[in-house]
Amino acid sequence: MSAADILSLLPMVILAGGILLTLILIALRRSHLLIFTAAEIIILAAIVAALLHLNQEPQIIGDIIVVDRFGLYYQILLLSATLVISIFSYISLERLFSDKRKEEYYVLLMLATLGSSMMVISTHFISFFVSIEVLTISLYTLISYYRERDKAIEAGLKYLVLAAMSSAFLLFGMALIYAVSGQMSFHALFAVATNYSGSSNVMLIAGAGLMIVGIGFKLALVPFHMWAPDVYEGASSPVSAFVATVSKGGVVALLLRFFTMTDLYRYQNVMLAFTVIALLSMLAGNLLALQQRNVKRLLAYSSIAHLGYLLVAFIAGKGMGVQAATFYITIYMLTILGAFGVVTILSKTDSEADGTEYYKGLFWRRPLLAALFTLFLLSLAGIPLTAGFIGKYFLLTAGLGNGQWLLAFVLVASSVIGLFYYLRLIVTMISQDEDYQKGLSPGIPSKGGLLTLMVLGILVLGLGLSPGWLIDLVRTLP
Amino acid sequence: MILAGLIILLMGCGVLAWLAGRWNNTLPRIISLFGISIQLLVVVWIWLTHQQGSVTGQWIITYTHSWIPAFGIQIKFGIDGLSLLMIALTAFLGLLSVLTSWKEIKHRVGFFHFNLLFVLAGITGVFLSLDLFLFYFSWEVMLIPMYFLISIWGNENRTYASYKFFLFTQGSGLLMFLSILGLYLIHGHNTGIFTFDYEQLLGTVMQPQTAFLLMLGFVIAFIVKLSTVPFHSWLPDAHTQAPTAGSVILAGLLLKTGAYGLIRFVLPLFPQASHQFAPVAMVLGVVSILYGAKLAFAQTDLKRLIAYISVSHMGFILLGIYAFNEMAMQGVVMQMVAHGISTGALFIIAGTLHERIQTRDLGQMGGLWAKIPKMGALGLVFVMASLGFPGLGNFVAEFLILNGSFMANQKLTIIATLGLVAATIYALRIMQKVFYGKEQKTWVIADFSIREMGIMITLVIAVVWMGLFPSAVLTVSRPSVLKVIESVADRKAQTREAQLHRQTTLEQKITMTGASLPGHHWNTNSKKAN
Repeated sequence: MSAADILSLLPMVILAGGILLTLILIALRRSHLLIFTAAEIIILAAIVAALLHLNQEPQIIGDIIVVDRFGLYYQILLLSATLVISIFSYISLERLFSDKRKEEYYVLLMLATLGSSMMVISTHFISFFVSIEVLTISLYTLISYYRERDKAIEAGLKYLVLAAMSSAFLLFGMALIYAVSGQMSFHALFAVATNYSGSSNVMLIAGAGLMIVGIGFKLALVPFHMWAPDVYEGASSPVSAFVATVSKGGVVALLLRFFTMTDLYRYQNVMLAFTVIALLSMLAGNLLALQQRNVKRLLAYSSIAHLGYLLVAFIAGKGMGVQAATFYITIYMLTILGAFGVVTILSKTDSEADGTEYYKGLFWRRPLLAALFTLFLLSLAGIPLTAGFIGKYFLLTAGLGNGQWLLAFVLVASSVIGLFYYLRLIVTMISQDEDYQKGLSPGIPSKGGLLTLMVLGILVLGLGLSPGWLIDLVRTLP
Repeated sequence: MILAGLIILLMGCGVLAWLAGRWNNTLPRIISLFGISIQLLVVVWIWLTHQQGSVTGQWIITYTHSWIPAFGIQIKFGIDGLSLLMIALTAFLGLLSVLTSWKEIKHRVGFFHFNLLFVLAGITGVFLSLDLFLFYFSWEVMLIPMYFLISIWGNENRTYASYKFFLFTQGSGLLMFLSILGLYLIHGHNTGIFTFDYEQLLGTVMQPQTAFLLMLGFVIAFIVKLSTVPFHSWLPDAHTQAPTAGSVILAGLLLKTGAYGLIRFVLPLFPQASHQFAPVAMVLGVVSILYGAKLAFAQTDLKRLIAYISVSHMGFILLGIYAFNEMAMQGVVMQMVAHGISTGALFIIAGTLHERIQTRDLGQMGGLWAKIPKMGALGLVFVMASLGFPGLGNFVAEFLILNGSFMANQKLTIIATLGLVAATIYALRIMQKVFYGKEQKTWVIADFSIREMGIMITLVIAVVWMGLFPSAVLTVSRPSVLKVIESVADRKAQTREAQLHRQTTLEQKITMTGASLPGHHWNTNSKKAN
């Protein structure tokens, strides 16, 4: 490894070194604020390092890692999301977590982020698998971190069992592909895959199929979505936000890179499988969300549907499709972070504000917060003036540009269904005086949390009005 | 710039009104009045300064600014005679709806005016957009504030009504969005230029089937807004449950966006497909006229009754648009303005009554003329207007539409004319049930105040002026109407040749003369009829 290689990996080095440093700091002095500040500084430093590299030539390190604009963009995205999540985590830990051991949380959070952001620069099964395991194992602990809460342990165990199983599927799929081709790097697989036919081809496709199952679990796509609502409900809201954004974002980036580099788009069967998964996710996600009375479960189903939307762009293929997917995941992360942020900062000392009763008449009690939540919900629903609309437009253009009329129609139809439950939540927030005394009163939002949400809100609104710069940026990624 | 300024002005005043509402209840009203008055002044200024009736140079003012260049999306506004009329109507009814809600809205006044101004900004955007993406954008921007208006300040069943309104319009709007994208991609593949620019997309070459499907996407969105049977069921609920200002804007302006969309976008973009679709559209129009009238007659709720009158009147618009000749089209424009004013006025009367006696049930009213003679007399004027009484705006409109569509399709027009008879019955029934007849309950009720009289007198002047001097409106809209007719007529000639052998020469002659009648010729005719 040359000095240039290490330099290009600087963001990751900072993050990994920072984790060790934080551990030492914890040993020296247990102070929540101190560790929180340290974590923020480390993540910020990593973001800055990644930003500085953004305009440099792609750096290929062995066959294992490539540091290019695409990867760096995703790293910045994931790191920024972690930055926001750690602010929410601070609020949540201070309020809800009576235990003394608050500090290790940040170590785990950064470790999970390290796994996710290594994944986006992986170009080899080994680096892919190692980073996904780093991510997943840190997540087991994060999900059940609030162990006194009712469903935390249940959620953690559920995630443990299912994620371990999905990893097994992933490994088996990789093994099948390796058995046929003798290759594990994406680059080499591209050359190899064209030369096979007959039974070897079947093995290749079977391998790809098993990998789809594994990836489907991580992205919580239908029919591999069962864990998502329970985990979202059981984990604390910042961790749910992490599962919904950082964990899924990394996998999406890897999926895009894997398919583009090996050109699996050639295989009709594989794409057919993805089409079916996308259709099911869009419809089932939205239909099941209609039944929910718990905001966190509702957001879980909504995120299932959103990943389904994203697949429409993914299926559309190279070029426009990849750009649309990247743009959409950025918007989606912004918005869902905001939504979970609202749930977090409304939490009380004994419970999170996850029932819809907490939101009755919120518009009249906390107008600013309710307006922000409305903005995030409208963005999730894809209504103009918000970023979500531009994202949906990009997806539809990519899908239709590739002639995916069925997927586009289902996307449109299911977003009308989706609209219904977002509206229902908004209606709850604007219910009148006589009703809202009956509702439960949520906690008092903290200033810092509100400020973070306002930044997110301004971004959502700003990207809805002038998305040009982000579109231009996304189009420069290969 | 002045066009973009109009929208920014409304939105800016909206935000200000919301903020001002925290301290004071009157301040938001004054800010809204101020914003809309400026819009009205600008419109009047444009109206007076532009060259009236000039056929050359379609746009009076345009404004272009790049927005998302990567996708060929621009902020492109343009105003011609048709949009000018619509914007004038928007500002006029906007002003009245602020005035009419002066006493009615007592809670959350700031947020109410924020929503009101944003709806108006969205509507203004729809009437001015010359970029299809921007058009869809504005189309959706109208919805959310309207949804809030209904669901916060509406009547007892507001939640249900607001859901229904939102889902109907949003769902159909998304279909239109798919069509816009389809058109965009087809144009892009044909020419290599990916753009949403309306003028560049005109005359896009495509397969007839594709064109028809794309057109359907647009048409569904527009006829849902126009509340044509069978897509009308959202309208009675939304109109009935909305606060008075909301009903006025819904009936007066939101419905017109559908008609405007058909005239501005569907006919010029898909001339051939529109010809294929015309018979169906005309039948739907006639069905709406009669079915709307029948249902209006059967209502016991005053606001619901007026809502069904809208369904019936919008049927005339659909019939007129698909007649593809100048006379009918001018009638449509007239109807859009006249219906906005007369139905707006009826909703204001129904709203004031509801405010005073807390019921909209016709069964509980009766004999009110003795107690509230001013309201009764003004009610009579607008009831006469909506049944098409000569001398008032609606008469001119319906006369022109029926006359024009007779040239295109005699049988359907004859059936549609029955709608006028039905109109007389349902309209007079309002007078009978509310103001005449036996008193059902002894109401203690105040007549119109000075503010309300001011609103109503303005409306009366407008509707009489349009009835007596229709050419003031018609000359403004004529260049735009001619342009639209011309774009459809080109293709019409082609299809005609193909169908020549199937048609009798007589029919041929009537239609051809109808299409090529010079404007001033029948213009004088209609004045005589007045």
